[in-house]
This record gives sequence, structure tokens and C-alpha cells, in this order.
Amino acid sequence: MNPAASVEATGLQVAFGRGRRSFHAVRNAGFSVGAGGSFGLVGESGSGKTTVLRALAGLLPPTAQVRGRMRMHGESLGAVRPRALRRRMQMVFQDPYGSLHPRHTVDRILGEPARVHGLDSIDNRIGEALAGVGLDASFRFRYPHQLSGGQRQRIAIARALIIEPDVVLLDEPTSALDVSVQAEILNLLQRLRRERALTFVLVSHDLAVVSHMAEALAVMRAGEVVEMLDVAALRTAAPQHPYSRQLLRASQGYDRAAGSEF
Amino acid sequence: MSAVRAWLLTDIPQSRRQAQCQRLFLAWLVFRRNGSAVAGIAIVATLVAGALLAPWITGSAGVTPDLGNRLHAPGLAHWFGTDELGRDIFDRVMWGSRITLYIVGLVSVIVVPIGLAIGVVAGYVGGWVDSALMRLTDVFLAFPRLILALAFVAALGPGLENAVLAIALTSWSPYARIARAEALTLRRSDFILAARSQGIPHLQIIVSHVAPMCISSVIVRLTLDMAGIILTAAGLGFLGLGAQPPTPEWGAMIALGREYLLDQWWVPAFPGIAILVVSLGFNLLGDGLRDVLDPKSRD
Amino acid sequence: MVERRDPLLIVDGLNVTFDTPHGAVAAVRDVSFALGREKLGIVGESGSGKSQTGRALLGLLARNGRMSARQLSFDGVDLLRAGEVERHALRGRRISMILQDPKFSLNPVMTVGEQIAEAFRVHAGASRREARDRALAMLKAVRIREPRYVFDAWPHEISGGMGQRVMIAMMMVPEPDLIIADEPTSALDVTVQLQVLALLDDMLARRGAALIFISHDLNLVASFCDRVLVMYAGRVVETLRAAELHAARHPYTRGLLACQPRVDGEGADLPTLHRDPAWAR
Repeated sequence: MNPAASVEATGLQVAFGRGRRSFHAVRNAGFSVGAGGSFGLVGESGSGKTTVLRALAGLLPPTAQVRGRMRMHGESLGAVRPRALRRRMQMVFQDPYGSLHPRHTVDRILGEPARVHGLDSIDNRIGEALAGVGLDASFRFRYPHQLSGGQRQRIAIARALIIEPDVVLLDEPTSALDVSVQAEILNLLQRLRRERALTFVLVSHDLAVVSHMAEALAVMRAGEVVEMLDVAALRTAAPQHPYSRQLLRASQGYDRAAGSEF
Repeated sequence: MSAVRAWLLTDIPQSRRQAQCQRLFLAWLVFRRNGSAVAGIAIVATLVAGALLAPWITGSAGVTPDLGNRLHAPGLAHWFGTDELGRDIFDRVMWGSRITLYIVGLVSVIVVPIGLAIGVVAGYVGGWVDSALMRLTDVFLAFPRLILALAFVAALGPGLENAVLAIALTSWSPYARIARAEALTLRRSDFILAARSQGIPHLQIIVSHVAPMCISSVIVRLTLDMAGIILTAAGLGFLGLGAQPPTPEWGAMIALGREYLLDQWWVPAFPGIAILVVSLGFNLLGDGLRDVLDPKSRD
Repeated sequence: MVERRDPLLIVDGLNVTFDTPHGAVAAVRDVSFALGREKLGIVGESGSGKSQTGRALLGLLARNGRMSARQLSFDGVDLLRAGEVERHALRGRRISMILQDPKFSLNPVMTVGEQIAEAFRVHAGASRREARDRALAMLKAVRIREPRYVFDAWPHEISGGMGQRVMIAMMMVPEPDLIIADEPTSALDVTVQLQVLALLDDMLARRGAALIFISHDLNLVASFCDRVLVMYAGRVVETLRAAELHAARHPYTRGLLACQPRVDGEGADLPTLHRDPAWAR
């Protein structure tokens, strides 16, 4: 156990179903992120990266069997989470169109978690939360359908931050957005991390996004971490594992020769 | 007028209330484009108006016999004619609309909360709770509605309240099934997961996140079922098991008037037409509401 | 590749508008281009009109959409004046479309193989037996390892990458001259995307067919296509040879290129795109 770690997972395994039809979504995943650090999980569909994130967030369905250890600041993250523990770890979802309640106004989306955690001066907090993600007060009483994808993702980030977590889990936070909007959201996330000393765990299929956002990353395939890398190492030296190299090459655009190698 | 419209359509609402009004107004704009739905709402509005204004637009309460005026044909003095006891049929139909509304209202008040609560809890919680609640629902679903109502009325005695109770008890189960199906898909949606990850209590998630998303399909289904409920109530009235004479319940009026069907057709015809029109109105309204509210039929 | 003198497709002054409750909205405005036997990329962000351009060429606009153009001709056939029957025939045989999600394009109640075989029967007049053999050969051609197994699979049983290979196989059956692919690999993993594109590339080269490749991914399009149209707010703001993408002049294209994170980037803030209202004019 690493006492300086903010988030730590060791020997994590997640299986769905039982007996013959059981499916091991995560076979063996382990990593640790220091406080204020940013860690990326990269992989393709079926690699188990999102399952790892949901296991950390305590959002797996009750039928999932989780083995291994997850800790946040030394506290164990089990299946049942006290509200105070939930408050310290928040998540931003991939699809900004699905992660906001379609019948709730921005005001309610931001106000409800603040109220549940017994925070005071809710009106001020909502205003600050909006300002913090670069939106003015005129957004407060709008419904999600009145917002663009980028604005929705800003609201989702504001919702995660309004209860002042230490750790933010980001599940493909920009993959549903246009590149120009992606740049704005990534910049926003970086700024918020600096200002509030947040710890990020970021999941993405996009190696470029992860290398931009994170300091270290794990490449996952078929439920296992195949390689752990420093971003500096990713930039300068080629990764060691053939699969990581494949991902790197594929992220650099179309190449007929690479197409037949895979 | 244009100021109100601008207030309702602005992209920048200033308050919670304005945002809510906007949502209703936008729904109304969609609803308004559907001609038959507007006809439906007009019919239902007429029903409500008739019930409210009955004391002022009728000459009598329609219950006191006036044997000197028996079986008059429709005319200027009696628009819908008079019945076998000389009561004005127009007056009786108008007063009867109160009873119809009473039935409709009472059934809704019982059916919607029961169905919604059972369905949403079953769908959201899942597991053995779901199985238990759904078996219970199946039990009620398996009863033939009119027969159970008959048994119920036979046990508790005839009367409007008992008829309504019998109808309500046999008709909540489809609503529970609808609400459960919606809750099942909602349970996995990101916005519910987001609420859970924020530590919002399960009960609050069920009441303020899941239920509001299920209620529209339940309401649509209820409106479409309303015709059936009115007909069942009328059927019970016809069989003498619902409202008791001299209450001007439409089904009971038809039952008493059926002896005069050949010679004095207006006695059973007008309450019959009233049942037909109101049932049609609710059906049209339900279709329109489905277009506005049903999340599946919208983008 | 065979280069012909006459362009295969001529689009001149294409406009698409949609009637909405807020009035008419122009989705595509005065788009013109000529397409030879080449791979043409159309790039833009959501709402740029790139997809609607592709749909308009196929006559697949939504019900509230209207299109107009000064000229729209495919291999000498005037698409604006062609009757419904003629256009329908063109669409099936000479112009094909590949969409983003194969789930919506495959018939869910027919096995994958039957759908390809049916295409052979309809388009090539093949017998039942022959159609089956050719469908199996086609599945092999799109590098599906176990064609017999996939032949009998239902659309929901195959993965996204597999589904997109099946779509390509199906589109190739009538041997079209033009394929319009709208984000054909956006739902796929990057490594699978590369394999699917390589396959499409080979198929096009073998047939000498032309491709319109619609995508939001500037780098992908530039590395895959011969020429790129950059669309913004319904207009083509810049046309480039793909190899010269990094010498783009228009501030929008340059902005799009700059704001993408890069593996070898420095981790500093990304430049953001400042939109100039004049671009949309």
C-alpha cells in the first residue's frame, strides 16, 4: 500500500454473471495515482477500462463480482459507500446527452447534490459552480435540451465539482464532442485540476487525449493492463508492448501498411 | 400577447417558474398541431364545463319525477326530451357528467399512484423485490375486470363508490407494468448513475428522478383507458350494480331507457351518445398526449 | 486507377434547407464540387452540413428537407430531372452508401449471409446457389476469417467492426461507381478502423470506383483521401489536396488542426477555435 496515493487499485477483477456464462470484464488491473495526479486508462472497446472506472465509482450492477482492493486516501472502497465517501469521488460521463436528467433544470441538477450533502448558501454555490465552468448565470434555469453538447458537459463537470470532491473520474469526457469543443473542455478540466488540486482518473480510447491530460497511463486489453507508461516515455521512446505500439500507430491516421499488420 | 410569448420562448429563463411554464408551453405547441387531440381536449373541457355549470344551465336537478310530462319528444322545451318519469333528459345528462367525472377522477387518483409506486420500485430496485411485486401485479392482471367488479359489488353492496373501487383494483396492474418497463431502462441510464454516484438517497432518486420519467407513459395509458373505465362504470350501472336510481348515471339511464328504445328512442339514445362522445374525447386526448409526452415517440 | 476525363459527379450550387418550427434552416449552402475517380473527403464539425450533403446526393433527406441545385449530374445523368425510377435504379446499382452504424443498415431478421446473397440475386441475377457461393467469397474478400460462421450469423451477433465489413461487402456487390461513406468507421476502435479502411481502399482500387468520405476526423481524412473539402456552417470554406492539409489557409481549417491534442504535444493548454461570424457568410 502506498500511503501517498490518492486512488489505488490492486489486483482488481470484475466478473458479470455466474458459472459457465460468466464474463470476466476485468481480469487483473492495478494502478495508483498520487494526490493531485492524473492517470489515464487507454484501451479499445471490451478492454475493461470503463468497468474499472465504474468499479471505483461504485456504480457496477449488484450482480457484478468484484475482487481485489480499491482504496481512496487509504479508505477502502467497498460495495456499500457512505454518503460522505461518495462526496469525495465524483464522475463525469461520456455522453453529455444522457448524463443530465432531461426534466431537470440546470438549477436543480446543481442544487440537488449540494442540498443532499448539507451544504450551505446553495444559491451562491450554484452561481460559482457555473462561473467555474465558464458559464454565466443565464444558464441557470435552462433545461438540458436548450444546451449544446459542450455546454452540457460543462454542466456535468459543474455538477461533479459542486460538492467539492478530491477525485474526479472521467469516462471519455470528450469523445462525443467536436474537436474544437473537446479542446475547450480539456483546457477547462486541466485548469480546474490545477486550481482545486484534484486527482483525475481518465478513461479514453484516444491516446492523444490521454497523453495530453495524464502524467502516467495504463494500456488495457481484454481486461488486463498490458503496459504502464509515463507520458514522457510515451512521447520520447516507443512503448514496449506490441499492442501499445499498435494503438500509437493507429492514432496517427490512416496508413495502408499498418492496416494489414494488425 | 407577444410579450407573454417572448417570455415563454426565450432561451434564457430567469426563474424556476419561467422554465416550467416554458416547458408546458412548448408541449402545448406540439399538442396544438394535432387536430384530433385538440378536438379531444375540447370534448373533455366541455365535459368539465358541463359538470361545473350544471346548476346554472339546467332547469332541474333531474331527479324529481313529473309524471305529467312523461316521454316528451326532444323539442324546444326539452332539448333531449323527457324520460318515463317526466324528467328532463338534458338535465339528467348534464348532472350525469358530474358522476362520470367523479368516476374518472376517483379511478385516476387510486390507479396512478398504486401502479406508479409498484412499477417504479420494482423496476428500480430489481432482484427479488421486482419478482415479488410483479407476481402480485400478475395476480391482479389475471382477474377479469367486470367479473371481479361484479363479485366486489355483490360482496360490498351496489353503489357508485364500490363500483369505482372495483374498477380501480382491477385496473392498476397494466400501469405498474408500464412504469416498471420504463424504470428498468432508466435504471441503467447515465443520469441515474450520476445521481447514485453523487450519493443521492435511493428514495429521492425513485421519487424525483425515475418517477417523473415514467409518469408520462402512465398518464397517456390512463387517458386511453378512460373510455374503458367509463364503459365499465356504465356497464355496472346498466346491470344495476353501480349508481342507484334516481342518480342520473349514464349507464343506469340507458338501462332504464332500454324498454323505450323502439318508440321513444331519445330516452336511451342521449345518455348513450354522451358516453360515446366522452369516451371518444378521452381517446383522442390520449393520442395527442402520447405525441407530446411519450419520450419514445419524440426525437 | 483509371482516370477519366469527365468528372463522375458534378455538384453545382447545392442547397439544402429544413423546415422547422423556428422557420427554414439552411443546412447546406451553395456547395459545388466535381468528383473524378478519386477519394474525396468532406470534413466538418457537427452541424456543418457534411452529412446532409451526402444524403442530398442520394435523395435521402428527412421529410422536412428540401434541396435545390443548379446542376447535379452523375456520369451524364441529370439527377435533378431524373424520374423516381431512374434515381432509384442509380442509387441501388451505381451509387452506394455506407453509414456509421451497421446495426441500423442491416436487416435484423435476416442472417448476414442471406442479405449479401439477396443482393447478388437482385443485382447480378444470380441463382440461389450461385448467390450463396458469391456471398461467401465476398465475406472472405472482406477478410472475415470464418465466412461460413458469419454467413449464418444474425446482425446482432456480430461486432461493430465485423458489421462494417459486412456492409462494405454488401455495398460492393452491385459494383458501384460511387460510394458515399458517412462516418463509416467512427463507431469502431482505432485499430479496427484501420483494417476496415484498408479493406475499403483495396476494394475501391480494384473497382476504380470513387468515394465520398464524410467524417469529423481531419487527420484521418487527410491520410486516407486524395482531396478534402472543409465545410463550415453549410458552406465549403476550403478545398485542399490531402497531402497539403498542413498548409491549409483558412483560419477554420487551421484552427481545427491546431486544437487537436497530440501524443507528442507538450501538455500545455490547447489552442481553442475562435469563430469568426464572417466564415459563415
